[in-house]
Amino acid sequence: MKRYLNFVKGNWIFALLSAVFVLVVVYLEIELPLITAKIIDDIIPNIESMGNLAELRHQILLMLVYSFAILLLGFLAARCAAIASLGFTANMRIAIFNKVQDFSFDNIDKFTTASLITRIINDTNSVQMVFSTFLNFFIKAPLTLIFACIEARRISAELSKVFWFVIPIIVAVFMIMAVIVVPKFRIMLEKTDKFNKTLQENFLGIRVVKSFVRENKEKDKFNEANNGLYHATMAAQKIMMLNLPILMLVLFGCMIYTLWNGSIQIYDFAGQEGALEIGTLTAFTSYISSVITSLMTFTMIFITMVMARASIKRVNEVLDEKPSVTDENADKSLKVTDGSIEFRNVSFKYSSEAEKNVLENINISIKSGEIVGVIGATGSAKTTLVSLIPRLYEATGGEVLVSGRNVKDYTFENLREGVSMVLQNNVLFSGTIKENLLWGNRGASDEMIEEACKIAQAHEFISEFADGYETKLEQGGVNVSGGQKQRLCIARALLRAPKVLIFDDSTSAVDTATDTKIRDGLASYLPDTTKIIIAQRINSVKHADKIIILDDGKIVGVGTHDELLENSEIYKEIYISQQKGALAQ
Amino acid sequence: MSNTTPDVSENNAVTAQETAPTEKKKLTFKQKILRAIAKKMRKMMDIPEGEAKAPAKPKENKNKPKNAKKTFKRLFGYVMKSKALFALVLLLVIGAALFSVASTAINEPIVNLCQKVLDVNNRMSRGDFIQQIALWLGLMMGLSIVSALANYGYSRIMLQISQRTMRIIRKDLFDHIQGLPVKYFDSQKKGDIMSRFTSDVSAINNIVNEGMTTLLSSGVTLIATVAMMLYYSPKITLILFASLIFIVIVVLVISVLSAKQFAKYQKAMGSCNAYIEEYIRGQRVIKLFSYEEKNKQDFAALANNLRRVGIGANTITGLLMPLMTFITQVNYAICALFGATMIITSGGTAMNAGRLVAYLSYSKSFSSPITSIASQFTSLMQALAGAERIFEIMDMPHEIDEGNVKLVKVVKDENGSYTECDDYGWVYAWKVPLIEGEYVYTEVKGQVEFENVSFGYNEDKTVLKDINIVARPNEKIAFVGSTGAGKTTITNLVNRFYDIQEGTITVDGIDIKAIEKDSLRGALSMVLQDVNLFSGTIADNIRYGRLDATDEEVVEAAKIANAHSFISRLPKGYQTEITGDGGNLSQGQRQLLSIARAAVADPAILILDEATSSIDTRTEALIEKGMDRLMENRTVFVIAHRLSTVRNSDQIMVLEHGEIIEQGNHETLIAQEGKYYQLYNGLYELD
Repeated sequence: MKRYLNFVKGNWIFALLSAVFVLVVVYLEIELPLITAKIIDDIIPNIESMGNLAELRHQILLMLVYSFAILLLGFLAARCAAIASLGFTANMRIAIFNKVQDFSFDNIDKFTTASLITRIINDTNSVQMVFSTFLNFFIKAPLTLIFACIEARRISAELSKVFWFVIPIIVAVFMIMAVIVVPKFRIMLEKTDKFNKTLQENFLGIRVVKSFVRENKEKDKFNEANNGLYHATMAAQKIMMLNLPILMLVLFGCMIYTLWNGSIQIYDFAGQEGALEIGTLTAFTSYISSVITSLMTFTMIFITMVMARASIKRVNEVLDEKPSVTDENADKSLKVTDGSIEFRNVSFKYSSEAEKNVLENINISIKSGEIVGVIGATGSAKTTLVSLIPRLYEATGGEVLVSGRNVKDYTFENLREGVSMVLQNNVLFSGTIKENLLWGNRGASDEMIEEACKIAQAHEFISEFADGYETKLEQGGVNVSGGQKQRLCIARALLRAPKVLIFDDSTSAVDTATDTKIRDGLASYLPDTTKIIIAQRINSVKHADKIIILDDGKIVGVGTHDELLENSEIYKEIYISQQKGALAQ
Repeated sequence: MSNTTPDVSENNAVTAQETAPTEKKKLTFKQKILRAIAKKMRKMMDIPEGEAKAPAKPKENKNKPKNAKKTFKRLFGYVMKSKALFALVLLLVIGAALFSVASTAINEPIVNLCQKVLDVNNRMSRGDFIQQIALWLGLMMGLSIVSALANYGYSRIMLQISQRTMRIIRKDLFDHIQGLPVKYFDSQKKGDIMSRFTSDVSAINNIVNEGMTTLLSSGVTLIATVAMMLYYSPKITLILFASLIFIVIVVLVISVLSAKQFAKYQKAMGSCNAYIEEYIRGQRVIKLFSYEEKNKQDFAALANNLRRVGIGANTITGLLMPLMTFITQVNYAICALFGATMIITSGGTAMNAGRLVAYLSYSKSFSSPITSIASQFTSLMQALAGAERIFEIMDMPHEIDEGNVKLVKVVKDENGSYTECDDYGWVYAWKVPLIEGEYVYTEVKGQVEFENVSFGYNEDKTVLKDINIVARPNEKIAFVGSTGAGKTTITNLVNRFYDIQEGTITVDGIDIKAIEKDSLRGALSMVLQDVNLFSGTIADNIRYGRLDATDEEVVEAAKIANAHSFISRLPKGYQTEITGDGGNLSQGQRQLLSIARAAVADPAILILDEATSSIDTRTEALIEKGMDRLMENRTVFVIAHRLSTVRNSDQIMVLEHGEIIEQGNHETLIAQEGKYYQLYNGLYELD
C-alpha cells in the first residue's frame, strides 16, 4: 500500500486539489436542491401575489452561480484526477520497468520473459483502473453520503430516520452479493484464460491441425472452451444483475415511505414555524437517491478491487523481488585490465532449495589471450559455467576471478565492458543494422564497424542489402536468417573489443565453411583477448589452446584436441559420432 | 513470423502480398507496362517498394466502421436469432420507461394536494387528505414496482441475448477461421487474430448488452418527457428545443474531441507496449551491454508521453458530466423564469403554480436521456468497427476445395474388385467418381509427381521454378540447398497449404486439385521443425495423428519414435499433462512426440523437416533413430540435414534459387562434381 502511495509522488498536490474540488462540488450539489426547494415552496406559489420576478431572479442567479461553480470545479477536479491517476500509472510503469532493468538473470528466469511482459503491460493497466476508480469515486461517494445525510437530517430529523434502516440493509445485501459473486468471477477469469489458450494453441499449430485434418476436433475443443466461458460469465453476471431490482425497490420503498410521512407532516404542521414544505420534501427525496447511489459506488469499487487483486499481487511480486546479484559493494574505479580468468573451487546452483549443485568444484585457470573450447552434452552446464564470468549469475561457492580480481569487486558496467558474451538466444532490436552494432561500442567509427563485420563474416551479406548498414531490422530481427543474425551478434560483441569474449554456441546456424572463416579471423583479431567458445561441433573448438569437457556439472577433461582424443573417452565418443554425423563436415 | 516458414519470411513474400491485394487481379497489358515503368522509376529514385506504397494507403481509423449500415444489419441478424425474446425485451423496455415517466407524473397531484392543505383555514379533513395521498402513493408504488421488475426483466434477458450472441459470433468466427488457407495464418500476427475474439467481441457485447436497451429506453423516456412537457406548456417547451440543439452540439463536439484524444492515447499506448515487449524480451542482451540506464530513460520518455496524452483524453471526457449538469440547471432557470413571467402576465390563466412546479420536474429529466444516447454513440461506433473486422474475416473465402476424389478404406476380393469397408485387411484407396454415379477405386500407393511446377507466394516473385519430380512408392526424396532455396516451400505444396500457379502435382496419378482436401491430407503426414503440441495428455497428443488409435497403437508409435522410454520414466507416463505448449518437456522430447504423432497416423506419404540445430548430439541421435524408423515403408519427402539421410535417399534434389540444379542419387551426384559435391565436401555455404 505504502508503495502505491509513493507512486502518487509529485502528483500529491493534484490528488489533494482534486479531492478539495470534489468536496466543494459535492457540497454545492447537495445545496442545489435546496434552492430549487425555495423556488418551488416560497416563490412560485406566491409569484402572483408578489407580482414581480425580483426574488425569483435572485434565486435563479444563485442557482446558476452554483451550477457554474460545479461545472468549473468539476472540470478542474476531473483534470486534477487525470493528472494524478495518469501520473500514478506512469510512475508505476516506470518503477516496474526500472525494477526489471535491475534484475539479474536469475530474477528473469524466475518470472520468465512472457510473464514479465504481461505484468508490465496488462497488470499495471488493471491497477491503474483501480486507482482511477478510487480517485474518481472513492472521495465523492463518502462525501456525498455524509453531506446528503447531514442535509437530510437538517430538513427533518424525523424523516431521516429512514436512513438507519436503509444503509445497513443495502450494505448487507451488497456484502452477501459480493461473497457469492467473487468466486464466480474467479471461475470466469479462469475460463477466459482457458479460452485464450485454446485459441492460441490452434493458431500456432494450424499446420498440424490442417495436415492431420483435425479441424472438427479443434472446433469441438473450441466449443467446449467457448461454452465454458459462456456459462461462467452467465453465472457471475446473473447474480450481479440482481443488484438492480433490489436497489430500485429499496429506493422506491424509501421514496414512498418518505412521501407518505412527509405529506402527513405537511398537513399536521401546516402554517407552523419551520414546518416541512413540499419543495423541501422533494429535496429530501433527492438525497435518498444520492445516498443509495453512493452506496452502490462502494460495491463497484469493491468489485473492481477484487477483480484487480490478482493483478496487484503480480505487480507486487515483481516490485518486491530483490535483484539476486548487485554491484553495490564494487570498487567503481576498478577496470578489467587483462583477460586472465580463474575459477577457484566454484560451485553453483540455481535456487537455494535445490539439492544438487549444477556446477561442482570447478577449478580452471585461463591465461590472457588463450582460446578455450567448452564441450559437453546438453544439460552439462556449459552455459552456466561461462555465465559466471560476466557475473550473469553469482557463484554459490568458491571464487571467480577476472584479471586477478574477484568479479564481485567490479561494477557491472566495468566488468561487462571487459567481458563480452554472445548469447545462445541472441536478440537484435528494431532499428538499422548499424544502430544494432553500435550497442557494442557507442563511439565506433564506420571503419571499425566494417572491420568487425568482416571478421564475423557479416560484411558480405550486409553489403548485398540495398541499404547496406542502414538496412532496417524488424523487431526480433525476423527479416534476417538465423545464421545472419548470429553473425551480426558476433560483430556486435567484437566491437566492444573486450578482454574476454565468450561465444555460447553462437555459430550453430552458420555453416561449417563460414564457421571456419570466423574462427580463422578471430585468431588474429584482438590477439590479446581471451576467447571462450562453447560449441556442439568438435570442429569448432578443435584448434583451441585448451578444451574443457563438462559432464553433469563437473570438469571431466582438460587439454588440447590431440591430448583429449587420447585420454578422454567422452571426447572420443562425441568426436566419432560427429564424424559420421552431419552433412558437409 | 513463425519459424515453420523460413523460406517465406526470407522472401518477404507473405507480407508483401498482404499490402497489395489488388495485384492478384489479372492485369491488362497497359497496366503491366505502367507498373513496369513505375518499378523502374522507384528503383532510380531508390525508394523501396513498400515505402512508396505506404502513403497511398488511407489511414484507417480503428474505431470507425466503413459501412456502418450494412454491418449493423448483419450484426442485428445475430441478435435477432432469439426473435421472441427480443420482442419481449422491446415491450419491457418501453413499458419500464413509460411507467417510470408516469410515476414521476404522480408527483404533480401530490404536490398540488400538499399545496392546498397549506392554507390552514380552508382545507380538507385529515382523513380525506390521507386517503387521497395514500391513493396516489399506492399508484406510484404499483408503477414503480412494475417499472423496476420490467427493468430487471429486460436487463436479464439482454444479458442472456448478448452472451448468446457473443458465443455464436465466436463460434462462427472460429469455425470459419478453421477453413481459411494457411496463407491467412502466415500473413497475420497471432495477436491480431486473438483480438478479434477478445476485444472486438467484447465491444459488440457492450452495445448489445447495454447499449441497445439504453438507446431504446432513453429514446422512449425522452419522447414521453417531451410529450408531458408539451402537455403542461407548449410555449416553454418550444424554447427548450432551442436548448436541445445546443445540448446536441455540445455532446457531439465533446464526443468527437474525446474520440480523437483517445485515438492518440491508444497510439501512445501501442508504442509503449511495443517497447516493453521488445526490450523485456532482449533484457539479457541489455544487461550484457550495460544498456539499463539508457533504457530507463527511453522508457520514462515513452511513459511520460503516454501520461501527457492520457491526461488530455481524460480531461475532455471529464468535462461532459459537469457540462450536462450545468445545462440542466440553465434549462431549469429558463423554464422557471419564463413560467413565472407567464403566471404574472396572464394572471394565472395560461399557467399556474402547480403546473409550473410539475413542469420544472420534467425539465430536469430532459437532458439525461440525451447524454445517455450520446455516450452510447461512441460504443456503437466501436462495436460496429469491431463487427466489421469480424465479418471481414467471415467473408474471406475458405480454402479452395473442389476435388471430389475421396480417400476410403477398401477390401479387395478374389476377383480383384474393391468393396468399401474396414474389415480386417483393409487398405486405403482413392474413390474416383465417374459420370452417372459410378466409381472406380485406385489403391493408395504413394506415387507423387511434380510436373513443371512453378510457385510464388505472390505472383511477382517465383519461389519455385519449373520443378519436375517423380517419387515412386516407398522412395525417399531428399532436398538439400541453402536457406531461401525453396526447400520448405515444397512441403507446403503437396498437401495444398498453398496452391501452385503453374504445372500439376499428382498423387497416384490423380491431380491433387481433384482430390478432396481432407482426403488428400489424410493420406499424408508432416513432421515439422517447430513442434506444436496441444494442452492435454501425452497420449492425447500422440493420438492427434489418428483419433481412433488404441492405447497399444499409441505405445507402439511412441516406440517407433524412440519416445517410449522417456514417457515411461515420467511419473504419470502417457497420462502426463502437457502444459503451455509442452513447456514442461525439452525441445528434443517434444520433437519425439511429434514423430510419434506422425507414426500413429501411418500415412502413405510423409513430409519431414529434419532440422535439429538446437539439439545436443545425444538427443539428436535419439531423434534420428526415430526419424529413420518413421521413414520406412512410405514415400518420404525430407528436407535433409544429415549425411546419412541424404546418402540413403533414392533421389536427391539440390535446390538453388527455386530451381532443381542437380538431381540423382548420392553416387551419381558425387560423380558429377557439381554443387552437391561441393556441399558434401563442405566447400560451399549452407545455412
